[in-house]
Amino acid sequence: MRATLNVARAVGWRMLHNNLTTPSLLIPGLAFPLFFFTAFAGGLSRVNEIPGFRFPVGYTAFQFVFVLLQSAAFAGVFTGFGIVRDFETGFMRRLMLAAPDRRGIVLGYAFGALGRWTITASMLTAVALVAGMEVGGNGVDLFALYALAVLVNAVGLLWSAGIAMRFRTLQAAPLMQLPIFLSLFFAPVFVPLALLAGWLQVIAHLNPVTLLLEAGRSLIAGAPVHVGYAFLVAVLLVTAFSIWAVRGLRKAEAAGSS
Amino acid sequence: MTAQVLQLARRSVIRTIRQPANWITPLIFPLALMAVNTGGLHAATKLPGFPTDSFLAFFLAFPFIQGSLFATVNAGVDLARDIQTGFLNRLALTPMQSPALLIGHLGGVIVMGFVQAAWYLTVGLVIGVRLQSGVAGALVLFLLAVLIVLAFGSFGALAALRTGSTEAVHSLFPVFFVFLFISSMNLPRNLIETDWFRTAASLNPVSYLIEAIRSLVIQGWNWEALGLGFSIAIVMSVVGLTLSSLALRTRMART
Repeated sequence: MRATLNVARAVGWRMLHNNLTTPSLLIPGLAFPLFFFTAFAGGLSRVNEIPGFRFPVGYTAFQFVFVLLQSAAFAGVFTGFGIVRDFETGFMRRLMLAAPDRRGIVLGYAFGALGRWTITASMLTAVALVAGMEVGGNGVDLFALYALAVLVNAVGLLWSAGIAMRFRTLQAAPLMQLPIFLSLFFAPVFVPLALLAGWLQVIAHLNPVTLLLEAGRSLIAGAPVHVGYAFLVAVLLVTAFSIWAVRGLRKAEAAGSS
Repeated sequence: MTAQVLQLARRSVIRTIRQPANWITPLIFPLALMAVNTGGLHAATKLPGFPTDSFLAFFLAFPFIQGSLFATVNAGVDLARDIQTGFLNRLALTPMQSPALLIGHLGGVIVMGFVQAAWYLTVGLVIGVRLQSGVAGALVLFLLAVLIVLAFGSFGALAALRTGSTEAVHSLFPVFFVFLFISSMNLPRNLIETDWFRTAASLNPVSYLIEAIRSLVIQGWNWEALGLGFSIAIVMSVVGLTLSSLALRTRMART
């Protein structure tokens, strides 16, 4: 256990350091969520007035929760790109030789993804508050919201790590991004579930992201709904994708991490 | 000169066809985003003052613009790769004239733009959108779409010629994306509530390109919207082409 944590700490710190010292990695990770938040919350604020749209703390908070979860998922995915880079540069081969417990490598990337997202989430929250976002939830509700986002971050990382470990090439980048992108956008992004068009409503009903989004929005509004189910789904996803990522690690080991 | 242009345009088109990611993405991704936004925002048609009861028709302009951005960046990247691999250097040793390179390259982009426009319009018509401007409107729409591709394409070429770096051209995409999102793509400008966003959308030329295409779909013949759209596309093309020609001259002189 100690060996696993030592590896994880070293890999996590390296990922975070690389992210903070490489503008081409840092800036898009910060800019894109802020940009989406600005475009959605600013450009679509009138959507709040659609008959049947009821969200007590306003459209800015409604969109904030989506962008927060989106940024969490994509911080995980972008860290997956870093894993692929490590394979392509040969660093992973050396890392695997050096690590006494290789599961620590996956855990370390998860730490790196979390550190990366923490910076983005702090910036996003500050901008949202400056923009006048109303918050109805108390401290516990907000803690739960961010905890949910941490789990989403882990899901994004573990999914992309599984892909990265299996394919070990940047050509697999669309495979990392697209399922996450689609699952996020086939959810109630702009309006509540009841106001979606028929076909999208059917897909959104089946999409677990909908449950996470609705729970997150209820938390920021201070009227928690389905939060227990949302956490259950998130934990199940983390568990399933942990197995996916570790099996990917084994495949990479079997391939000689080339 | 004509033969040179045709050769280079042919090469540009074949090159695009041989890289499926370069033509599948512009054909599929904008329509996927259109589906998601239409499904999510169709209730916006119930807002007082919304110009149509079909959000699909309202949003059909979006793929035309996003598709042209994809085509532009992909083509710019190809040109930058020609510079990085030394192909441009070798061309400079031949009797090829500099303008032929630019026109040939942009010819390939225009062909791609035309194919995309036909695809988006066909999909739109199949899923139930009816052009209020009729068949003549469809022809004008094609003309405008191609002009927009030329305008963006010239800026993609400029970036490639100035930097000679595929990464630099790739980095243009987020910039173009910002212009697309801070526009009237999701709501008409008069329905955008946030003051600064409405001002930014009004200052953003992309809003007028979208509104010109949109007017043909949902309004019929709105001469003001069309005039603004065509003017902006023409001005952008002229500026882009002029700057690209200058950059090409410098690039060829360097080699």
